[in-house]
Amino acid sequence: MARATTTRRKVITTAVAWAIGLLIFFPIYWTILTSFKTEAQAINDPPLFFFFDWTLENYAIVQERSDYMRFLWNSVVLAGGSTLLGILVAVPAAWSMAFVPSKRTKDILLWMLSTKMLPAVGVLYPISLIFVQFNLLDTRIGLVVVLMLINLPIIVWMLYTYFKEIPVEILEAARMDGASLREEILYILTPMAVPGIASTILLNFILAWNEAFWTLNLTAAKAGPLTAFIASYSSPEGLFFAKLSAASTMAIAPILVLGWFSQKQLVRGLTFGAVK
Amino acid sequence: MATQHSRSAARLMMAPAVILLLGWMLVPLTMTLFFSFKRYLPLRGDSLERGLDWVGFENYARFLSSSSFWPSVQATLVIVGGVLVVTVVLGVLLALLLDQPFWGQGIVRILVIAPFFVMPTVSALVWKNMFMDPVNGILAHLWRFFGAEPVSWLSDASLQSIILIVSWQWLPFATLILLTAVQSLDSEQLEAAEMDGAPAFARFGFIILPHLARAITIVILIQTIFLLSIFAEIFVTTGGSFGTRTLTYLIFQRVVDSQNIGLGSAGGVYAIILANIIAIFLMRIVGKNLDR
Repeated sequence: MARATTTRRKVITTAVAWAIGLLIFFPIYWTILTSFKTEAQAINDPPLFFFFDWTLENYAIVQERSDYMRFLWNSVVLAGGSTLLGILVAVPAAWSMAFVPSKRTKDILLWMLSTKMLPAVGVLYPISLIFVQFNLLDTRIGLVVVLMLINLPIIVWMLYTYFKEIPVEILEAARMDGASLREEILYILTPMAVPGIASTILLNFILAWNEAFWTLNLTAAKAGPLTAFIASYSSPEGLFFAKLSAASTMAIAPILVLGWFSQKQLVRGLTFGAVK
Repeated sequence: MATQHSRSAARLMMAPAVILLLGWMLVPLTMTLFFSFKRYLPLRGDSLERGLDWVGFENYARFLSSSSFWPSVQATLVIVGGVLVVTVVLGVLLALLLDQPFWGQGIVRILVIAPFFVMPTVSALVWKNMFMDPVNGILAHLWRFFGAEPVSWLSDASLQSIILIVSWQWLPFATLILLTAVQSLDSEQLEAAEMDGAPAFARFGFIILPHLARAITIVILIQTIFLLSIFAEIFVTTGGSFGTRTLTYLIFQRVVDSQNIGLGSAGGVYAIILANIIAIFLMRIVGKNLDR
């Protein structure tokens, strides 16, 4: 009897959970599907769910019309560059805060977090002015630095929470066995820190990829990443649902795949270690 | 363990991050403060080289007394509040559902989380065109199917539409954090309550909800900080019209469209103060967590 009710309950839960999951995912599914339709099929009433002539021509048109590859490359450079630069700056900082904490460590960590809360629009003009002064408008290097700075607090925090979990005893043991500082870092700490660093890189790459305030305001044709590429589709020209879908699919596909690997780190990274 | 030597080494290792963030914070902030006390209209010939007139608190007063200020505060509160209610309520329910045993848990979780990874410009444009378009959108098809007149979502129900789009983006975040919290719940306690005959409703109100309180608070605070500055979702859908001009968007328009730097900077200072008030609460919770 008890067994029967639990099985029935599991069946019902499965049905409800799948229905909700598919409903939430539907806009993404619909976008991907529409990207393979012709423009006429894209707006067909009733909507076409599977039986239509699958075509790849939208992808070709989008690439030709707006040079998708250049925007993609800009996104890769901006997200990758800002993340790596951030890691380079943050690893030593997080390292020292985790292993050689002082009385002020906590204050410094909280202060870093507070810089993340500065509303971007409040400093839009000063940053634009600095960009103009140093000829950084619409350059990749300028945006790499800005994206690095806005994500630096998150990078330091994530690394700090990971490093904090490395047991100090293991270092002491190695020291007793006569390991030098170099050996200690190279053979003991690094292998233990690599997973944490990898997750930090992953999450921050995603955050930088999707950033849509500075990338929209500080770039034009040359350095614009995919966020700007998509924004250029906001003024429609005739029938364009299928092309919009193809462009959208190309903009989100790479990050969707990466995102699925980063689920667990997401919670830790975005709550600054407050929820694990 | 820490010697004098390792202490100074530690300080040196921290220096680049601290100096960079200090510069990132102080330089633009000082400039915004400076401009907020100046009359600065580049289109009318004001320029930094010729010097700007000091106008005291005039920009601050004018920003508050402008006819678009209160509507923008209202729009901000409605959008932020609406999204918070939707994401927290649905997030709690979804977290409890996903915590139950069922077939295909991993896949459903992926489906639910996916919207978080869609860049804001894409989700806004997809919703605007393929769902909310009054002629060709899916919702228009659906409305016509049931014999109803399609709705012009982004003009007739603009705030609700924006709330829907932004909630769709942030529901995964709330669900994921709340799910993590639900999973840390002591299941023995729940079973004991069930055996003692506590109805599901009571179990939820007296055991589950109190346990989730901290996670809910964190979700609310973090989302508020991000939601106060949503930009792309409004930029590509309504462009601030139909009552969707939030405080962030109003400041953006003052600076970029009307090129009134002084006024926009004063607005920016207000936004910074507002964000800091919320930030203080978040810091307290995160800070407490550090001591443990």
